[in-house]
Amino acid sequence: MPLIKDGAFVEDAWTYADEEGPLPEGPVIVSLTRWQNEKEALAARTAPLGIKLLSGEEPKEIAGDLDKFAVIALDFPMFKNGRAYSYARLLRERYGYKGELRATGDVLRDQLFFMHRCGFDAYEVSQRITIDGWKEAMDEISVVYQPASDGRKTIFQARHGD
Amino acid sequence: MYRYDEFDHALVQDRVKQFSGQVQRRLTGEITEDEFKPLRLMNGVYLQLHAYMLRVAVPYGTLSSRQMRMLAHIARKYDKGYGHFTTRQNIQYNWPALKDIPAILEDLASVEMHALQTSGNCIRNVTSDQYAGVAANEVEDPRIWSEIIRQWSTLHPEFSFLPRKFKFAVTGAPEDRAAIRVHDIGIELVKGEDGQTAFDIYVGGGQGRTPMIGKLIGKAISQENLLTYLEAIMRVYNMHGRRDHLFKSRIKILVHTIGEEEMRRQVEEEFAAMQKDGPVELPKAEIERIQAYFAAPAYETLENDPDELNAAFEKTPAFARWVKQNVAAHKVPGYAIANISLKPVGGVAGDASAEQMEKVAELADAYSFSEIRVTHEQNLVLADVPQKDLFALWQELDANGLGTPNLGLITDQIVCPGLDYCNLANARSIPIGQAIAKKFEDLDRQNDIGELKIKISGCINACGHHHVGHIGILGVDKKGTEFYQVSLGGSADEKTSLGDITGPAFTEDKIVGAVENIVETYLSERQNGERFLDTYRRIGMKPFKEKLYAAH
Repeated sequence: MPLIKDGAFVEDAWTYADEEGPLPEGPVIVSLTRWQNEKEALAARTAPLGIKLLSGEEPKEIAGDLDKFAVIALDFPMFKNGRAYSYARLLRERYGYKGELRATGDVLRDQLFFMHRCGFDAYEVSQRITIDGWKEAMDEISVVYQPASDGRKTIFQARHGD
Repeated sequence: MYRYDEFDHALVQDRVKQFSGQVQRRLTGEITEDEFKPLRLMNGVYLQLHAYMLRVAVPYGTLSSRQMRMLAHIARKYDKGYGHFTTRQNIQYNWPALKDIPAILEDLASVEMHALQTSGNCIRNVTSDQYAGVAANEVEDPRIWSEIIRQWSTLHPEFSFLPRKFKFAVTGAPEDRAAIRVHDIGIELVKGEDGQTAFDIYVGGGQGRTPMIGKLIGKAISQENLLTYLEAIMRVYNMHGRRDHLFKSRIKILVHTIGEEEMRRQVEEEFAAMQKDGPVELPKAEIERIQAYFAAPAYETLENDPDELNAAFEKTPAFARWVKQNVAAHKVPGYAIANISLKPVGGVAGDASAEQMEKVAELADAYSFSEIRVTHEQNLVLADVPQKDLFALWQELDANGLGTPNLGLITDQIVCPGLDYCNLANARSIPIGQAIAKKFEDLDRQNDIGELKIKISGCINACGHHHVGHIGILGVDKKGTEFYQVSLGGSADEKTSLGDITGPAFTEDKIVGAVENIVETYLSERQNGERFLDTYRRIGMKPFKEKLYAAH
């Protein structure tokens, strides 16, 4: 799946691990179940570790372990399922996660703007999309009303000179 | 009323441009109808039985005369010369061509209007009391807070893909004209302990397949905390609302499943945590900025019951009847609230022609500070009419098919578009409403019956609010034949109740007779001039049911 990060297509160094069996070499992303079952062994690996949360697996499950992960992937099983927008904001704003926050699953061009605002910084895009399309999606709405994880100045702030 | 500043303008313009691009991609075939669907639904464009339908937001039902003229222009230029005002205080156009929709949105933007979030699983247009600002006993104009919620909810990054659509209603008065207890979130303005406006927040009301009355989850929430508290409710719903079943995905099901106590606990836990994460700040200066837009207009010093009004009553009984039925008391001496019925006998509830819209705009300019309100009961209101001008106003209304004196009477029905337009409907609604209105056309008879709210839906989704009709009618399909199920005793006011089903449904040719039978039972049981609803609440279903099914 093509991966957009920091406004460009990048090589994806990460591999998703299976539910069981030997782990591949290098950076791997494991499921919540696997993390919970094999915490010690996984934490003892030297290669970077990531975790993928499915819809219904809430960030509080891993809130105490965030320093173990260089990537957290949040799944959008369908673009209509918007739970991960809340998960992303919780990870960034409540639990202070600073690593890569990756959107995976049904990730469409017209959702990228909202995802970015909620704190995602990497996107496995399922639609054909160009970097121009990405930039357009980021820039086409020039003002925002709500504070969110992207720290953009809100209209309320702009009006009242904060 | 509220006026856009540079920021509000920029957002709407950006959105028009964005949607125009999306339409372009669809028209050139770059994206399929399936891919286009979620995009158009973010912008109020539905694919109905015969054509695309465009739903335009009328925030909290308030329109300027300039905006109303633009709605007329759009009806004439891009549609068949009329529009349909809805129970969400919006307007729908039933026949626009997809290629014209970007131009329509441009036209709307030029008068500070849009179609944002009038569809899709997001926070929809915020509705409110049509008597906002002019009702005698309101805490504060609820439109101030509706506008704040409108802005906060517009393109909300976290809550644009909720489990299901989400409707807010706000009222500032203890008499509830906005049906707040049958909304996902209903807000009532109250006085907090410090004497400031605060908010009672009802959660989990709704109609549709599983009607529920909202539970009071947040009591006297302060202004400073309002948006954070709402965000906490929305987050609990976004994370825990069901997404596996279309019919179980509204917040009412969540509240019902986990219970009121648990819902409150989760919201309060989330709210407390959000206050630490960084609350949604609502600067005092912003509240004051918006309050200023809803300051009272420049009322003249006038007396109640001016001589010219009384003289007109004597001379013109039809005018007296209209005033008695359609005009409500205003908080300022010498002024009145004039309701314009969009329910003429033989018409389609909520429809207005381009000419009628222009006439109403003209009358608003002449008599009501250039402002118009749309009601959730699908009528219009001129909220600030000097009593001395009521006669002149009525003459103009009457000459343009807008003077029907039936507000709150049996012919003032809520009727959904039904199978004549809607691709969800099981049965037709419009002809049923028309047949009932025809049967009760006689104004003396309507007046004798008194307040009686009939609400008709063409399917279980209940867009016609049948659950909260004094008499509710629900169209169902049984093996290809339309049947109509009747319920009694529903109400959407501050004493909200859901109607009880009478029994077996009626065929199209029996439904009008059934309504008449119910009305006859009421008239024979009525005591001391009580309303239909009060009689029903006093004597219950049994006498109605016995008479209704006696012949079977």
